[in-house]
Amino acid sequence: MSTWRPDIKELARKEMQTRPFESGHRLCAGCGAPIIIRQIMMAARKPVVFVNATGCVEVATSIFPYTSWNVPWAHNAFENAAAVGSGIEAARKKLFMAKRFENDPDVELDYDVVVLGGDGGTYDIGLQAISGAFERGDKILYVLYDNEAYMNTGIQRSGGTPFGARTTTTPVGSVIKGKVQFKKPIVDIMVAHRIPYAATVSSAYWNDALVKFRKGFEAEGPVFIHAFSTCPLGWGSETAETVKIMKLAVETCVFPLYEVENGQYKLTGPSLAIAKNPDRKKPVEEYLKLQARFRHMFRPENKWMLERFQEWVDREWELLLKKAGF
Amino acid sequence: MCMAILKKVEQTMMALNGDEAVAWAVKQSNVDVVSAYPITPQTIIVERISEFVNNGEMDAEFIHVESEHSALSAAWGAALAGARAFTATAANGLALMWEILYITASTRTPVVMAVVNRALSAPINIHNDHSDTMGARDSGWIQIYSEDAQEAYDNTIMAFRIAEESLFPVMVTLDGFTISHTLQNVSVLPDDVVSEFVGVRRIPRIKLPRIHGDKEIPLMLNPKYPITFGPLDLYDYYFEHKVQQNEAMKETFPIIERVHREFGEISGRSYDPVFMVPYRTEDADVVILGLSSTMSVVRKIVDDLRSEGKKVGAIRLRVFRPFPADHLRKELSEFHAVGVLDRCISFGGEGGPLFTEVRSALYGLPSRPIVHDYIYGLGGRDLPHSLIRKIYEELLSARAEPEVPVVRYVGVRE
Ligand SMILES: Cc1ncc(C[n+]2csc(CCOP(=O)(O)OP(=O)(O)O)c2C)c(N)n1
Repeated sequence: MSTWRPDIKELARKEMQTRPFESGHRLCAGCGAPIIIRQIMMAARKPVVFVNATGCVEVATSIFPYTSWNVPWAHNAFENAAAVGSGIEAARKKLFMAKRFENDPDVELDYDVVVLGGDGGTYDIGLQAISGAFERGDKILYVLYDNEAYMNTGIQRSGGTPFGARTTTTPVGSVIKGKVQFKKPIVDIMVAHRIPYAATVSSAYWNDALVKFRKGFEAEGPVFIHAFSTCPLGWGSETAETVKIMKLAVETCVFPLYEVENGQYKLTGPSLAIAKNPDRKKPVEEYLKLQARFRHMFRPENKWMLERFQEWVDREWELLLKKAGF
Repeated sequence: MCMAILKKVEQTMMALNGDEAVAWAVKQSNVDVVSAYPITPQTIIVERISEFVNNGEMDAEFIHVESEHSALSAAWGAALAGARAFTATAANGLALMWEILYITASTRTPVVMAVVNRALSAPINIHNDHSDTMGARDSGWIQIYSEDAQEAYDNTIMAFRIAEESLFPVMVTLDGFTISHTLQNVSVLPDDVVSEFVGVRRIPRIKLPRIHGDKEIPLMLNPKYPITFGPLDLYDYYFEHKVQQNEAMKETFPIIERVHREFGEISGRSYDPVFMVPYRTEDADVVILGLSSTMSVVRKIVDDLRSEGKKVGAIRLRVFRPFPADHLRKELSEFHAVGVLDRCISFGGEGGPLFTEVRSALYGLPSRPIVHDYIYGLGGRDLPHSLIRKIYEELLSARAEPEVPVVRYVGVRE
């Protein structure tokens, strides 16, 4: 696969010139999603067509009569972004092969289809359409920006919300405290479709993320990229700490970085370093304490919650290490 | 039922059921992308199309989606990317698409969909009524109801032109089993004639001054001239957009008419008038107005009653959306009574959807007929000749002050 090495300065210059994703969108300060979008655009090898599921990114970037998108962009509904992507890719392929627009200098048909969905649109309501597209082998780059709740509708729990987190539908009550379940193993579910490439990315690690997005574009077939995305509003974190939190998620192994090429799991970047040197693995408290959604877990009577969280992280990390051959 | 043969063109007579007739039309219409999910009684359409594609007889991408929701979503994406896109469904499949029906229409995306009318669950029932497409009547799709397999074939071909020239999605309906699964002689046009009639999908050009200046750009997903499709539209614009959409729908009347006229010229099958087809109405006192295959039986009863000296007629509505209210006012105002056949129930409503619409269209007229509603045939229930006769007899003796209730169920056991 790709031997591409991103030159950040060069890419930044190009981005300033072409501005594929304009500033002036209405995403919150400190939101992780726009960073991910810009990284996808920088890693693109061809022009891209963007499909967006309903969610924060969609509503905050396309408020009529404005748009933040300097690339073709389509939003249909919440649960069908992958199916829309399949339709676009089928049309592109057909029209390209039929040389339909060969004599029209105003039309470009050599592009990649990117589908962007939140955790709700991916873990939950959109799972069927993604599974269908992956089973068919449709060449779409599906990017999940995971802010771990339904943020657009006001911070309700999703299948991607972590254990213990306070959301508006998993409030910290006197009997039940926060979310009871753990996060759905979404990458494993996608990898089980035998797709050629899947990866996790944290925007805090630019190089790692850009290389993975590029590999995703170059893969022959459907690709799934799980991008971690801080949400200051939903998580109760400081806007200025977005990158720090995204880093800590990796350093605590709450969100390890890895890729899966044709079923082969491979740790990357700091996660690989931790695998080689386990002393570097930080305790989950360091990550959790920066977010109000976990605040109750630090009360003495809820110490068991921190322990359970840590146990889960350790267990998942062990599983991943095994899968990656450690 | 076509009204006149304009000229003889060389056509092949094929024994096809309604589903196969639709599949043939799709095969000949330069369709680029088909996405579909099976449901009885539509299944044969996607089976035949799959055969055409797999045998190399049809050069289209077939997306085997995992649900009807995705079927329409993929067709939408394909159409937005510049392709001619087709899908087909029925009943529960159409219900699962409900959300995307509105989105397809409101983004003015010219998808063509065959809907093989079938009753909606529960209880589950595979047979014909119109509860599915009537449920979708407000979603912004043009709806053309076919009377037989020939019309299903013709309507499907015309639908591609109508959709692409009007930028509205078009639903071509055919009655489940009655049309979809019964063999009929269908005149099939030569491939090249259909191909030339529909052409390849042409992409309209628009100006987006604030983004692309004075340049006329193709209205499609295209990196050369990016467009944002399906944005968020709040209270400052949404209402205007909806009113514009409704006005645009009314402007489809001449487009629908022109495409039918041009189709008549190549096929020899003239659908004139396009929106409602009258039968022996010139001197009729009373008429039955209805949709689809039932109306061929009603015409037979009209003939019987005429031979007995009764002044009866029939009118078949072909296009239900946009609703041809003006045509209807002109056509219906002079009758003594009109019986509307509704193959659909509107729970808790004052009559079926066709009835309420017809009555509403006539209400403002200085002189208007008595209008009765006859709800019939739910879940595939037969409408025997005797009951159609009974309806005509009731209409002939209907008093000027309409009895209450004006809504009856025909063919239901008490
Ligand atoms: C069928 C349907 N159900 C519910 C909604 C309401 N809805 C809109 S966005 C959203 C949540 C989106 O959450 P997620 O995918 O996690 O993205 P985020 O907003 O967090 O970025 C919901 C529930 C919808 N648009 N469509």
